[in-house]
Amino acid sequence: MFTYYLDLALRSLRRNKALTALMVLAIALGIGASMTTLTVLHVLSGDPLPGKSAQLYYPQVDPQDIKGMLPNKEPPDQVTLIDGLNLLHAGRADHQALMSGGSVPVQPEQSSLDPFYVEARYTTADFFAMFDAPFLYGHNWTDAEGEAKAREVVIAKSLNDKLFAGANSVGRTLRMAGTSFRVVGVLDSWQPNPHFYDLNTGSYAYGEQVFLPLQTMLELRLDRNGSTDCWGNGGGGVGSILPSDSCVWLQFWTQLDSPAKAAAYKEFLVHYSQDQKALGRFQRAPNVRLRSVMQWLDYQMVVPDDVRLQNGLAFGFLLVCLVNTVGLMLAKFMRRAAELGVRRALGASRRALFAQLLIESGVVGLVGGIGGLLLAMFGLWLVRQRPSDYAVLAHLDLSMLFTTFVLAVCATLLAGLLPAWRACQIAPALQLKSN
Amino acid sequence: MTVHPIIAALRRHKAGVVLIALQIALTLAIVCNAIFIIGQRIERVNQPTGMHEENDLFLITQQWVGAPSADDPAGVEKLDSMQQADLAALRNLPDVVSAAPIRSLPLLHSGSVGGIGLKPLQQKDTIDSNFYYGDEQALPTLGLQLIAGRAFTSADIQHKPMRDQSEPVLAIITQPIADKLFPQGNAVGKVIYLDSSSTPTTIVGVVARLQSAVDTAGSSLTWYSALFPVRQDANFSRTVVRAKPGRLEAAMLAVRPALYTVNPMRVIDEEHGVRSFADIRADAYRADLGMAILMSVVCLILLSITAAGIVGLTSFWVGQRQRQIGVRRTLGARKIDILHYFQLENLLIAGIGAAIGILLALGLNLWLIIHFEMDRMPVIYVLIGVLAVLVLGQAAVFVPARRASNVPPVVATRAV
Repeated sequence: MFTYYLDLALRSLRRNKALTALMVLAIALGIGASMTTLTVLHVLSGDPLPGKSAQLYYPQVDPQDIKGMLPNKEPPDQVTLIDGLNLLHAGRADHQALMSGGSVPVQPEQSSLDPFYVEARYTTADFFAMFDAPFLYGHNWTDAEGEAKAREVVIAKSLNDKLFAGANSVGRTLRMAGTSFRVVGVLDSWQPNPHFYDLNTGSYAYGEQVFLPLQTMLELRLDRNGSTDCWGNGGGGVGSILPSDSCVWLQFWTQLDSPAKAAAYKEFLVHYSQDQKALGRFQRAPNVRLRSVMQWLDYQMVVPDDVRLQNGLAFGFLLVCLVNTVGLMLAKFMRRAAELGVRRALGASRRALFAQLLIESGVVGLVGGIGGLLLAMFGLWLVRQRPSDYAVLAHLDLSMLFTTFVLAVCATLLAGLLPAWRACQIAPALQLKSN
Repeated sequence: MTVHPIIAALRRHKAGVVLIALQIALTLAIVCNAIFIIGQRIERVNQPTGMHEENDLFLITQQWVGAPSADDPAGVEKLDSMQQADLAALRNLPDVVSAAPIRSLPLLHSGSVGGIGLKPLQQKDTIDSNFYYGDEQALPTLGLQLIAGRAFTSADIQHKPMRDQSEPVLAIITQPIADKLFPQGNAVGKVIYLDSSSTPTTIVGVVARLQSAVDTAGSSLTWYSALFPVRQDANFSRTVVRAKPGRLEAAMLAVRPALYTVNPMRVIDEEHGVRSFADIRADAYRADLGMAILMSVVCLILLSITAAGIVGLTSFWVGQRQRQIGVRRTLGARKIDILHYFQLENLLIAGIGAAIGILLALGLNLWLIIHFEMDRMPVIYVLIGVLAVLVLGQAAVFVPARRASNVPPVVATRAV
């Protein structure tokens, strides 16, 4: 029966090519536009470290002075150096790392290469284990080496390829900012998206090329970038100067393996704030937050407004396309009232007619879906040509591919329901008589 | 022609009427909000920065390798002389009109923001403002329009390390700040306090306009800028250069050799070390422009699909009513009457659609205000939208309506 209905559907669609083409085109455009924006949204709001992110938490404490205090105001987005070091040395989490970002000039040994800047992450040693950063060669520096301000560096694969032609460079020397560093590890390709652990340096498609111990950076006063927020008469510090203790400029991340540990850690943050207030450093009542990675990304609203707006627009567009298709389908089915009347008179049940008409709309949906898929691929290609930082990430993955088809077929079946039902209401005798 | 028979006929096609009206309503809601967004983006892209002939400007960002520390006075003096040497070399280039050290430029999306108050040690600053730092050549190089007071002279210029906490003695502010802080006018000679400081800063001049260096997304900060006569010393420097008209390319090309001759121990980024202001501007507005283009394309496609839908459904109705049309023609209706019938019918449906659409459009605007901090849409956009869908409906219905008017009266007598 199915193949027969399919045959009928194809015949009927062929009979009125312009109308069919219009329906398919409308579906394809609607699906294409909404899948393009949905894919971008899906990529941008993705989990940067699937499987791990639920255990990672971002503690926030409020060391600001009393000026400008408002009830329920969020604590600063980063920590001061002194709080960061205190929390780090307390060691209450399963893993913890204090970090900041910057850029350092690399002076290659090869005379063919001019000095160039690379993005750097200054961090304590737990960073790599906590964020599951994969090593291609070697390993990270140890906590003890970090504390000893070791001149050691972990480099990214791309920098290793550029400077050492991809060879195992562990033990080699890298000159940066006038200082010699020993390469202790080379990371494999690794770039969490969004760049959750420091959103100040750009949220997407951002990767550091070198990783240095934080203590080494503090001693050498390497350049920082990112955000520095100060209060009171705190100086932000520029170039080789570190910000004062009334400035937040570092990120502190923790790994807490169970919800119970997370709750305990939040308690600890409150106690810490109370202690600091007793010492006179903090002036405000404890105001702490402990967000997981996804909560943090949500709070920071990393997905650009324009992307969400485009997504809304695309779905509005799809809705209009569907209403359009319902209208056209209705016209098409009602026009065939005579044919359907004959079929009813010859004994076809309403169910059979309904199934036949739904198959016809399903065919339109399938063809529209294929068209929509092609359009979505083209749309994503267009997105990739744009210069936004997230552009390179816009690729259709398998789940979105599947979603496209399901969406297209379901949408057209839904659009076919009303017209098919209306067409089935035709009384055969009336139709036959009027002819 | 009376509307009554049209309504009576439409009653028999409820589903079709509802669908067309709904489609028109949705189209109207989306299109007028989209046009509003497009308009806002275009307005933003076209707003002047306040700099005269800004396409002759370019920005140099460079960093010295192994520069002395700005922590001690000797290091600061050394850094300053290095910066002075660079400036002298740049000002001597044949294609350069002038050059000035600068902390940032409008639209660079990186700059310094501070508070301005009217009293010393004020707990809360009166306004936030962009802080620009430059020397006596900054004002002419940027091409700012001085409307009161005077520009800085070389005697006004201080130089200090970037971290220095002391406040500048003099300032030039923009007219919007002057209007805000001194509504009674005459800001020149008045005193302001920066960042809740206790030391006064005297206003010596007012410029008409200078756009923000940081991304302000339409807040008042966009036009609140202050320029201070300070040459900042650090291990990096930024310099704004005005090239002779038409000589921008040549001037930009000459920068690297000139600076490397002064001192080779420096890094000038390949991509962003020497950037034309046109490039900075394009970069700042790229997303807005992209959004405007995307919205326009979506609107066009949306209108086309709605038009095609109207054509499709009306064609079907015309086909269905062949006999009725034939009867009317036999009874004396002229071709033009039939044409008008379908046109009026469409106007009626589109009118209903537009009425619902206005509500939807305002609702959508409200939703955008809540979720995207959008502004309230002026009524004119809704009116444009209504006009657009009504015209669109009439245009779309014309072809099938004319076909209907060409139905010969004889159809009425012939069995189908």
